[in-house]
Amino acid sequence: MLKKIEAIIREDKMNDVKDALKELGIVGMNIFEIRGHGRQGGITLAGRSGTYQVDMLPKIQVNIVLSDRNLEETIDAILKAAYTGETGDGLIFVSPVDEVIRIRTRERGYDAVMYPGDIDERKGRGAEKS
Amino acid sequence: MSNPINSGDTAWILVCCSLVLLMTPALALFYGGMVRRKNVLSTLTLSYVFMALIGVQWVLYGYSLAFGESIGGLIGGLNFLGFNGVAAAPNPNYSKTIPHGLFAAFQMMFAVITPALITGAFVERVRFKSFLLFSLIWATLVYDPLCHWVWGKGGWLGALGALDFAGGTVVHIAAGFSALAFALAIGPRKGFGKSPMEPHNIPLTVIGAGLLWVGWFGFNAGSALAANGVAVNALLTTNTSAATAGLVWMVLSWLDGRPSTLGLVTGMVAGLAAITPASGFVTPMAAMVVGAVAAPLCYYGIRFRDKRKWDESLDVWACHGLASTWGMFATGLFATVEVNAAGANGLFYGNPGQLAVQLLAIGVTMAFCFGVTFLVAKLLDWSIGLRVTTVEEEVGLDISAHGERAYS
Repeated sequence: MLKKIEAIIREDKMNDVKDALKELGIVGMNIFEIRGHGRQGGITLAGRSGTYQVDMLPKIQVNIVLSDRNLEETIDAILKAAYTGETGDGLIFVSPVDEVIRIRTRERGYDAVMYPGDIDERKGRGAEKS
Repeated sequence: MSNPINSGDTAWILVCCSLVLLMTPALALFYGGMVRRKNVLSTLTLSYVFMALIGVQWVLYGYSLAFGESIGGLIGGLNFLGFNGVAAAPNPNYSKTIPHGLFAAFQMMFAVITPALITGAFVERVRFKSFLLFSLIWATLVYDPLCHWVWGKGGWLGALGALDFAGGTVVHIAAGFSALAFALAIGPRKGFGKSPMEPHNIPLTVIGAGLLWVGWFGFNAGSALAANGVAVNALLTTNTSAATAGLVWMVLSWLDGRPSTLGLVTGMVAGLAAITPASGFVTPMAAMVVGAVAAPLCYYGIRFRDKRKWDESLDVWACHGLASTWGMFATGLFATVEVNAAGANGLFYGNPGQLAVQLLAIGVTMAFCFGVTFLVAKLLDWSIGLRVTTVEEEVGLDISAHGERAYS
């Protein structure tokens, strides 16, 4: 089974999360600059005369497609790295992925989400049939 | 026969002319940073275009309407059309020690920046064609006559003894109250008051404010039209008022939350606008009072405007109109002939009559500028339309009006 993680995190936690994933051996990912709000609601900014409220805050979304066997370790790493304890730490969404195809090699499934030096190679795991 | 031209005075006013020219690009940056990213080129253009438009209008007939031979104190005659006779020789009425052409060029820079100030009222929604037409009409029907009333030889407000050293009425009250009138005529931006319209690039605004301060030395100290003690006094009062207003504004914004960068530079500009009419007539300590009062006046002026849901978008009315209203009033309080023998004493130096003349000049300028601007704007709205379409406004004027984008 392949899974997709969409982790919405603080902008300033981007590097911590990236480092934690690198240490774990998660290689492939995309990041997006997004805006949104959850419980945090927004922040107060100073204007010319007094303050005003901004409700949509900039966040980073990290998308990772990976084998389900690596899912919990990856989630743990993000939870640790993105945590401050304040509202606005973000959310992690996990969903199933039907298929992944690497364009260059036409590899599919697990093969398509494996990289040199990644978590699977370190654990000596080869590709399995998805 | 001795040469009446003083090379020191001439060199200084040549420099000042360039400094005041710099204020229009500075204003463009100041305004450009405060709009949304889709309208920054449009906002820059609204200011820059006056260097072209008034640069032509002033030579053709603007200077003559403002400074030509007075017709009943109301308007200048046509004797200086096309800068006829405005050249190397001094003019005994305006420029005894510098070439008449230099005086006319220096004044041109004031005529350029004043309508550019108004554009803060209607950024992000004005139709460019209507804006150009309005600007030409405004320069002709409002700026040129008002400039004649206050500064033209025989102009009626000047003849009554109204003191306006560098343009409290002609530039700042005129721009501020015209801005308010135009804003009420054109209506608010789509979505105004519902979601915050955040400044897209505060660093541009900060750079603009710094360059405005530099340029303002030319504006105020240059208005002495000579390299003399009055010019130095004007420079000192200008600096003192801007500094004080910046400090006070910063404290006000701090008390409301944080010491805002945008607040600090806005305060500086308010202090500069406030001291403009007084700069050549009052002492540096009086300038400190001028700046200290200007800051809260404009700070709460913005709040007052905002509560009424007037989308006078970049606060020309508060930061220039209200600031210079106070500055004109303060001139009537603090002016002293010890600073400038060609001026007059104010209330605190035993001449209450001066305050009455100042109030008259303030009231006349407000009513004239607000009235004519509102009328012209409404007429243009009914005929060719003042606003862009809703879709053009949503897309942003950079693309919809100019076919360009600032950040690709």
